[in-house]
Amino acid sequence: MNKKESILKKPAMQTFISSLACIVLGLLAGFIVLTFIDARGSGKALLDIIRNFFRYPSASVALKYFGNTIVKTAPLLMCSLSILFSYKVGLFNIGVAGQYALGAGLALYAALGWQLPWYVCVLLACAASSLLGAISGFLKSYCNVNEVISGIMLNWLSLYTANMLLTIVKETTSPYTKNIVNVNQSALLPNMGLDKLFNNNQYMTIAIPLAIILAILVWFILEKTKFGYELKATGYNKHAARYCGMKEKRNTILTLIIGGALAGLGAAMFYLTGYEQWMCTQSSVPGMGFNGIAAAFLGGLHPIGAIFSSLFIQHITEGGAYVDKTLYCSQISDLISSIIIYLCGFVLFMKLFLNKWLTRRDEQKGGRS
Amino acid sequence: MTLLMQYTLIYASVLILVALGGCFSEHSGVINLGLEGIMVMGAMGGALTMKYLTGSPAPVIILATIGASALVGLVYSLLLAVACINFKADQTIVGTALNMLGTAAATVIIKAINTAANPDDVSSVVQYFDAKKSFIVSMNGFDFNWFMLVALILLVAAYILLYKTRFGLRLMACGEHPQAADSVGINVYRMRYAGVMISGFLGGLGGIVYITAGVSEWKFENGVVGFGFLALAVMIFGQWKPTRIALAALLFGLFRALSNVYTGIGFLKALNVPSTIYNMLPYMISLLVLALTSKNSRAPKAEGIPYDKGAR
Repeated sequence: MNKKESILKKPAMQTFISSLACIVLGLLAGFIVLTFIDARGSGKALLDIIRNFFRYPSASVALKYFGNTIVKTAPLLMCSLSILFSYKVGLFNIGVAGQYALGAGLALYAALGWQLPWYVCVLLACAASSLLGAISGFLKSYCNVNEVISGIMLNWLSLYTANMLLTIVKETTSPYTKNIVNVNQSALLPNMGLDKLFNNNQYMTIAIPLAIILAILVWFILEKTKFGYELKATGYNKHAARYCGMKEKRNTILTLIIGGALAGLGAAMFYLTGYEQWMCTQSSVPGMGFNGIAAAFLGGLHPIGAIFSSLFIQHITEGGAYVDKTLYCSQISDLISSIIIYLCGFVLFMKLFLNKWLTRRDEQKGGRS
Repeated sequence: MTLLMQYTLIYASVLILVALGGCFSEHSGVINLGLEGIMVMGAMGGALTMKYLTGSPAPVIILATIGASALVGLVYSLLLAVACINFKADQTIVGTALNMLGTAAATVIIKAINTAANPDDVSSVVQYFDAKKSFIVSMNGFDFNWFMLVALILLVAAYILLYKTRFGLRLMACGEHPQAADSVGINVYRMRYAGVMISGFLGGLGGIVYITAGVSEWKFENGVVGFGFLALAVMIFGQWKPTRIALAALLFGLFRALSNVYTGIGFLKALNVPSTIYNMLPYMISLLVLALTSKNSRAPKAEGIPYDKGAR
C-alpha cells in the first residue's frame, strides 16, 4: 500500500494521470456534442475517431495507414517541441503556426522553383522560420511587444507570403502546388528503407526518426546543459537571471529562434515527403501549429511526453476523417482537441487537488494507527 | 471616397467594440486572448438569428440579432472566467483554447444545421442577405449601418462606466492591485467575473458586426481571420483608454477598409499592387505600431496574474 502511494505522489505519474483525465473528459465532451447533433450514430462516430486505421481488417493495410498517421505525427511533434521549448523559457510561441507556414512555403519553393536537393530545402525552411522567431523575440525583448500578439500578426503575414510565393510554382489548372515527385525527385526526403517496414508506404522517410532524435535532444538541452539551465532561469525570473549575469534579452531571442527553427524543420519534414501539396488559396494557416499547442500541453510539457501526445492528437485528427459524413463533419476532432487544450488549463488545479487528497488520506491513516 | 469612409467606419466599429471588451477584461485583471473565439461564437449566434428571422420587421431583426450575439458571446466568455478566476488556470492557454474551440464549435454546429436541412450541403456557410438589409439605411451612396450607432453609444457608455461610476473605479482597482482592493471590501472574484462577462458581451457583438460588414454570407471555418487579435493591438495602441481606443480603431479601420475598396480609388489602382499586399496591410501596420508604442505601455499592473487571497 505504501508503495502505491509513493507512485501517485511522483510528479511524472501525476502529469500522466492529469493528461489521461484531459483525454477522457475531452472525448466525453466530444461524445456529448455528437449526441446533440444526432443521437443515432454518436457512439459509432466516436469509435470511428478512436479506431482510425484499426478499422481496416487486413493487418498490412492497417500498417500502411498507420504509416500515414506517423508521417503527419513528425511535423506535429516538431511544432509541439517548438511550443514547449519556448514555454519552458516563459514564452508562448503561438507564432509556430506562421513559422510552419513560411517554412512550408520556402521548402516547397526551393524544391519546385529552384530545384534544390532536399537538405538545402530543409535548411532554407529552417532559416526562414527562425527569422520569424527572431522578429518576435526582438520585438519582445527590445520593444516590449507581447510575443502572442506579434506571433498572431506574423502568422497572417507568413500565410499570405507563403501563398504568394507558392502561386508561382502551382499547377496551372488547380490551386495546389506541383507534385515534388514529378518535378524534382532529389528534393524528396530519403527513405532509408523505412518504407519497406510499413508495407511500402513511400511517405515514410528519415523525418520520423529525426523528429524523435530531436525530441531527445531538446530534452537534453533543457535538462542537462548550462545553456538550457540559463534559458529556464530566464523564464522563471528574468530580473534574477539578469542579476546573475545572464543575458536575458539574448536568451529570449535565441529561444524563439530555436522555436522557429523547430517549426520550420517540421514543415520541411512534412511537405518534402510529397504526401500533401500546398493549396495556394488557403485562407487560414495550417492547423498543425495550433494542434502542436494541444500536443505540448497534453504531453505535460515534456519532450518525451510530447512524442506520445502528438501521436494521440494526430491519431484522432486522422480518425475524424472516418466519421459518417452524412451525419457529422470531420472537424469534430478539432473540437475534441481544442476541448483537451482547454482542460489542460486545469492541470495545475488537478495536481493540487490530487495532492490535497493524498495528504488527507495519509493523515487519516496516521490517526487510525 | 464615401465608400472608403463607410468601410472605415464599420470596421472601426468592430474594433471599438472588441477592443473595449478587451479593455474591460484587462482592467479587471484578466487577459482575454480568447476574444477571437468569442467573436466567432457571437457572430454565429447573430448570423443564425438573422437567418431564421428573415422576413420579420427590421426593428425586430436588429434587436434580436444584437441580443443574440451579445448573449452568446457573454455565455461563451464564462468558460474563460471559470477557468481563470476560480481555477487559476494559465490565461494564455485558456484564451488560445477558446479561440480554437470557437472556430471548431461554430464549424461543427453550422455544418450540422446545414447537413440536417439538406444532406448534400456540407459547407459551413450561413447566408443572411435579406436580413442584413434591415441594418442599413442608404443616404446618397453612403450606407449608414445601425451598428455604427450602437458602437458609438457603447463607446460613450464604456467611458462613463469606467471613469464615472463606482463600479468602474473598483473594476480598475482589481486590475492594478487586487489585494488592496480586497482589503477595502471589494469582491475581486466578482469584479473579474464582471470584467470578463462585459468583454464577452462586447466581443460577441463585435463578431456579428464584423461578419456583416462587407459580405452577405460567412464561412465559419475561417473564424474571424485574426480580427480579435487586431482588436487587442488596437487596445494596446490605445493604452487601455476608451477615447484613445476609438482613435486607434479609426486608424486600423482605415487600413482594413483599403483592402475592400482600393480598386475604386484611382491612384491606388494605378499602383498595381497585388491584392494580397492590401490584405497584409492591417497586420503589418499593427506590428509596426506595437513596436513603436509598447515601450511605455500602461497595462494594468496585475493583469494575467490569478488572484490568490493568501498571497502577499
